[in-house]
Amino acid sequence: MKGDFLDLKIAELSKLSTDEKREVLSFFHERIVAFNSELNAFLEILPIPDSLSSGSLSGVPYALKDNILARGTRTTCASNILKSYLSPYDATVTARLKNTGAVLLGKTNLDEFAMGSSTEKSAFGPTKNPWDLSRIPGGSSGGSAAAVAAGLVPFALGSDTGGSVRQPAAFCGVVGYKPSYGLVPRYGLVAFASSLDQIGPLTRCVDDAFTVFKTIAGRDINDATTVNGKIDLRAKELPEADLKGLKIAIPSDALDFEGLDERVKSRFLEFIERLAEKGAEVSFVELGILKYVVATYYLIAPGEASSNLSRYDGVRYGERVESENYEEMIKKNRDTGFGDEVKRRILLGTFTLSSAYYDAYYRRALKIRKMISNRINEVLHEHDFILNPTAPTLPGKFGEIGDPLSYYLMDIYTIPANLAGTPAISIPVDPVDGLPVGIQLMGRRYADLELLSTAKQMEKLSGAYNNGLAKIPERWLHV
Amino acid sequence: MYKTVIGLEIHAQLSTKTKAFCSCRADVFELEPNTVICPVCTGQPGALPVLNEKVVEYAVKAALALNCKINLRSTFDRKNYFYPDLPKGYQITQYFTPIAENGFLGFKFDGDEKRVRIRRIHIEEDAGKMIHQDADSISGASGSLVNLNRCGVPLIEIVTEPDISSPKEARLFMELLRDTLRALDICSGDMEKGALRCDANISIVDEERGLSSNRVEVKNINSFKFVEKALEFERERIIKALETGSDVNRETRTWNFAKRETISMRSKEEENDYRYFPEPDLPPLQLSDEYVERIKERLPELPQQRIERLIREYGIPEYDATVLGSNARLSSFFEEVAKSTDKPKEASNWIMTELLREINRRGIPLEKMPIGPEHFKILFELLEQEKISVKIAKELFPLMIETGKLPDQLVKERGMEQINDEKLIEDIVLRAMESNPKAVKQYREGKKGVMGYFVGAVMKETRGKANPAAVNEIVRRLLES
Repeated sequence: MKGDFLDLKIAELSKLSTDEKREVLSFFHERIVAFNSELNAFLEILPIPDSLSSGSLSGVPYALKDNILARGTRTTCASNILKSYLSPYDATVTARLKNTGAVLLGKTNLDEFAMGSSTEKSAFGPTKNPWDLSRIPGGSSGGSAAAVAAGLVPFALGSDTGGSVRQPAAFCGVVGYKPSYGLVPRYGLVAFASSLDQIGPLTRCVDDAFTVFKTIAGRDINDATTVNGKIDLRAKELPEADLKGLKIAIPSDALDFEGLDERVKSRFLEFIERLAEKGAEVSFVELGILKYVVATYYLIAPGEASSNLSRYDGVRYGERVESENYEEMIKKNRDTGFGDEVKRRILLGTFTLSSAYYDAYYRRALKIRKMISNRINEVLHEHDFILNPTAPTLPGKFGEIGDPLSYYLMDIYTIPANLAGTPAISIPVDPVDGLPVGIQLMGRRYADLELLSTAKQMEKLSGAYNNGLAKIPERWLHV
Repeated sequence: MYKTVIGLEIHAQLSTKTKAFCSCRADVFELEPNTVICPVCTGQPGALPVLNEKVVEYAVKAALALNCKINLRSTFDRKNYFYPDLPKGYQITQYFTPIAENGFLGFKFDGDEKRVRIRRIHIEEDAGKMIHQDADSISGASGSLVNLNRCGVPLIEIVTEPDISSPKEARLFMELLRDTLRALDICSGDMEKGALRCDANISIVDEERGLSSNRVEVKNINSFKFVEKALEFERERIIKALETGSDVNRETRTWNFAKRETISMRSKEEENDYRYFPEPDLPPLQLSDEYVERIKERLPELPQQRIERLIREYGIPEYDATVLGSNARLSSFFEEVAKSTDKPKEASNWIMTELLREINRRGIPLEKMPIGPEHFKILFELLEQEKISVKIAKELFPLMIETGKLPDQLVKERGMEQINDEKLIEDIVLRAMESNPKAVKQYREGKKGVMGYFVGAVMKETRGKANPAAVNEIVRRLLES
């Protein structure tokens, strides 16, 4: 029966007997221990608990990106500055999963403080792509994506600030879902850019994404940016959707983007044909905003980050370097504690927020953000969804992209959803040359259930699935 | 002629039960260090602020009392700087759109109507407290300790326009502001405990030469007295500079309590760039007209209104009304006494002198004093009926407070009744004249001062109980006959 656990959806796992659930936990725990040395997806592996709690996710194992707090675990953010930081409390999502009986098996690798798109920026070494160990898994939730893709856990949580759930999901051939901003509490998620950050699940199918989303979403008294009553979370299953007659907008400027890999483009266009065959009304729309999104993002996100990361001074917690005086101490702590990418973004953000440049950069970026949101809402008013490739490229080799600008362009298709607060999901389509390709469906703000229902129908047109679950590479099928 | 221009920035700690953005208790003064803390107020990774609604209510109360325009939509912003007592590396404040603007506080000063305009009131959070070893500040200290209890305690910052024209006026403004915040029951007003803090900006205008000095900011003023003292010191320092044809630096100075002088902290060039930007963790604060209206309806009587009413209703002088009206408890006690005795002027005199003296001397608050309007009523009757003299009444007063007994009872118990018997007084005076003819002669030769000797003799023999008016009259009559 053992290998069959990889063929079960979360809902099915949660319905097993207690004895079977124990088997399930051992099964996944064994896989983590066996494969992590190759994948480096986990930064901390937790023991199986002695007893199981009841609830809708009772006995279902999962992993958390290591920027989400869970009491009894370290939360390092893959940074030296927090390498021995013990979580003093549970994030709201962690508490909600605990309350439903889900079992945390480990904390996953990421780009330091979630700043990156490859998991190469982790202070503890990169995570490998399960489809090709010489390639990046994407990022920043690369550890969570790789863990799910290799079947080490049925689901994992990631955080998505500019595509950090969706892009690694695309690179690893799994489902990555970023909910509408304000639906999933951020309390206990180490902030990168607070107005953009949203926690989301990485799973092997849309049904599972919905199951996890239902558990973690909903107003939180500890997070003033969460909303109430925008969405009905009581539904047991996703409502039925029909692709027929759906109005789907394809951003023509996304397809014209010179950085778009031809192989990705052709897979995407093939998929659109299948959609059209099913009766979807596909039309090409010029968004006109794509050329601003990366610049806008790299003014706003580092600005917020430069402030959010100020607390890591080594005074109350975190690593501290012996120094002569206070100023020298925090300078040394931060100099040795942060990696280059984090420093780059703190510097950038400090600059854009400085009083001399605030109007020219940050304030203007807020205006452009508003403009981008308006344009997206306008398109989503006339269409049900916007569909594009999740990432412009296939997962690259380690170190392949050196300069920051090209690196930042990896997120060009995913950033708009963060700027506009809209929900978006990446699902895998047929691979190219053995490498996964993802497409992203974006919907109206708070129309998350419609988005998931439609994505579920689209899964049926994809060759990346087997029995309703995303395929796991041969290499990881048997321990 | 030199004109003094002063503007104040006041931080008032709000006396809410819990902190501004978490549920830790807010009254942390003198509690064991680092015991009233949580993930939010110590800036743990992933923690988020949630606004305490009481803070908003208190801020709106203050804003209404200070005649401000309430911004129904205000926003929170971050003020970024590094310091060990600021766990997040930023302070949550309201920079771009404060909760209230454009108000004023009016009061009487030297008979003039004075109005100090309020530029803005905004909500923010307090920082922690530090103790430095072997130095006054972190630079040069061999070690520093930080206590995070105070982190996140709610504050309102009240910024005035530069409408204050003397150090004394600044002090009066601060005292009236304290009384107003106390009347609203939103701040303890204790400057000594840091619940009310004042930074002052001062500049001097040389009107003859038509030039203005640089502006100096004085921080760390921790008592009402020092508001005046620090600004007086600064005024003199600036005028001295102007008189030698130079100017003071544009800088921030700190009031040194021990040396009674201000010393330089930092020049304006050394100031931080706080990199203000909208706080993404807190949505804009949206209030309704109804909400503001409800708070307005429930505002208590404010000191300035009370002072005006006391003058109007009881006909007492402005000075008395100011002293009594500054404190709700004191003024309502006064009103009870004034009503029950029907003698407002006397009531005000006795309360302002004798009662306040006893309160200060004994350190017992008014509400713990064992006397009430009845004591005053009987005391005034005894005086009116000439059963006791004013002198005896003043002796009785502390006895009333010690024992709680009514004055007529004390008079009886202690035989303190006034002697009005003219025959008895005459006898004593005549005896004294007999035994000291020389003094009688001196008086009759024009040394009227000698009269006191005979008055004293009577008082001595009656142990002070003789009716002083009667004694004076009898002594004069007998000496002049």
